[in-house]
Amino acid sequence: MTRMLVRRLLAGLLTIACIYAITFTMVVSIPGNPFQQGQHRLSSDVESALLARYHMDNNWLYFWEFLRGAVRLDFGPTFTYADWTCNQIIAASLPISMSIGLAAMLIALMVGVPIGVTSAVRRHSWLDISATTLILTGISLPTFVTGSALLIAVGVKLQLAPVGGWGTLSHLPLPAITLSLPFMAYIVRLTRAGMIDALSADFVRTAIAKGASRQRVIWRHALPVALLPVLSFLGPATAQAVTGSFVVEKVFGIPGMGQHFVNAALNRDPGLLLGAVLVFSTLLVAFNIVVDLLYAALDPRISEAL
Amino acid sequence: MNRLRFTRSRQKAPVIVGGLLLFGLLAVSLGTLEHAIQWHNVQTLTGAIRHEPSLEPVVPLTAFVSGDVGHASTVTKLAHRATSWFGHDDLGRSLFYRVWPGLLVSLAIGLAAAFIAAVVGTTWGATAAIFGGRVDRAMMRVVDVLYGLPYILMVILLKIALTEPLAKLFGGRTVGADLAILLVAIGGVSWLTMARVVRGQVLALKQQPYVEAARATGASTYYLLRHHLLPNLVGPVLTYATLVIPQAILQESFLSFLGIGVQAPTPSLGRLAADGIEAVNTFVGFWWLIVFPCLVLVIALVSLNFIGDALRDAFDPKSNQAALLS
Repeated sequence: MTRMLVRRLLAGLLTIACIYAITFTMVVSIPGNPFQQGQHRLSSDVESALLARYHMDNNWLYFWEFLRGAVRLDFGPTFTYADWTCNQIIAASLPISMSIGLAAMLIALMVGVPIGVTSAVRRHSWLDISATTLILTGISLPTFVTGSALLIAVGVKLQLAPVGGWGTLSHLPLPAITLSLPFMAYIVRLTRAGMIDALSADFVRTAIAKGASRQRVIWRHALPVALLPVLSFLGPATAQAVTGSFVVEKVFGIPGMGQHFVNAALNRDPGLLLGAVLVFSTLLVAFNIVVDLLYAALDPRISEAL
Repeated sequence: MNRLRFTRSRQKAPVIVGGLLLFGLLAVSLGTLEHAIQWHNVQTLTGAIRHEPSLEPVVPLTAFVSGDVGHASTVTKLAHRATSWFGHDDLGRSLFYRVWPGLLVSLAIGLAAAFIAAVVGTTWGATAAIFGGRVDRAMMRVVDVLYGLPYILMVILLKIALTEPLAKLFGGRTVGADLAILLVAIGGVSWLTMARVVRGQVLALKQQPYVEAARATGASTYYLLRHHLLPNLVGPVLTYATLVIPQAILQESFLSFLGIGVQAPTPSLGRLAADGIEAVNTFVGFWWLIVFPCLVLVIALVSLNFIGDALRDAFDPKSNQAALLS
């Protein structure tokens, strides 16, 4: 068990390093730099002096300098937001994105799993067909459309929730629901497929043969195994959800972290971009390890092998 | 046995429904394309700014026919009648004649991205599985790492990075260059799932007795690939390619929302939806600008997903087993 954990941690570090290297290469290879953005143009002397000051004139040096700061959790200055450091920006926006993301994943699970199970048990019934069609419609709409529709329907017409901003608990439901929809669609599909597999497995036949009730077979015998694919989807999905979504933040006017992935790229703000990516990849690795541990808890066949 | 056949015939329904819907959309798109290009381009802005949908055209026929209106052909008159069905946008352009070419642009992006994903993904996955061992581990490690990158960020970075070199290749930022950049950016991140699926498939095929038998008789790797592996890969690859199309179309809509997707005035469904959302957000009332592009988008993507899902069910032997409890 401990050996597995250590191995996973080392592999995770390697993954983070690779993600850093790839993102870094992409960032330095795109044209433009943070000092030549927007209206004011710097003279080339000033520009090269600034680039040299932040080690950006030499990619190799910059690679190591940034990494040196990053391992001490210091992502350096941002070149877009006055009076902020990258650390302050991430520290201010990550908790907001985390609360929305966790709420969204919770909604997605609580709604998605029951629908998926019902859909699998009553395969090809009207319930299954309407659920699948609804899910397909849900993932066929861009998030900015579903978000805006929710905003107009619930926020503007019904006036049940604030139309945007952040601060109170009432700001949470609309963005969380919007963010949960694509994840929910995936969870329904995975649960349905996993459940169909599990229901035709030998151990379910055994359970039925020994006289377990229909409900018990579905929820206690089949579901834990059917949830395994959902679980492996949850690792990357949660990492993605808690680091925010640009669209949801833009539609609802939320100062979350998702906007920085996009804006930092468009503004050529390498520190903020790399910092955000490192936070994301660390969370990704962490959630994947948690998922592996949960896997062992759900499936007795795996925990015996550890 | 009866029951099994019953389930199978039901599974065909989504493919038929999806196929018919898609065919209908395509027919309308292609049918209106000529008129859209000829009469509803940048040069022919009508005065009907943000006019709401109406069954009768609000733009006079003379705007489209030079000379005598009486000589206009039946087709022209019919095409003219449709002008105001979806309303007009903030420049007075007929939304009807922007949505249908937009669908074609979106589908083209989706198809091309699916093609790129299929080619790159199949090559990568099959190579890894055929060589196996250390090569396999290394190649799949690359896929794992790429999976770990924030998807949208990669599309944006690729798009920014590719803009200049590809524009140079096409001789300036033409519509073609613009679309090519989008395609490579979206296709460049869509091949990962394909690579995994193909690798799994090839690994499974390698275990098949007939492949082993062929190898025992001295068949070359090329022969195996050509006669045993590739024919068996067509199904799964086609299936996942079908599922890449809607994803790519959605990604393009996201890029359009950011303002770095298809460049104006070229329409795409994503571009139109993003423009519509802006119009609706500032002043609620121009509902048609968002409703019609989204309606066509949903119908197109749902039917594509229907087809893809049904294909996957058909090619996955597991999903054909009748569940014990049902």
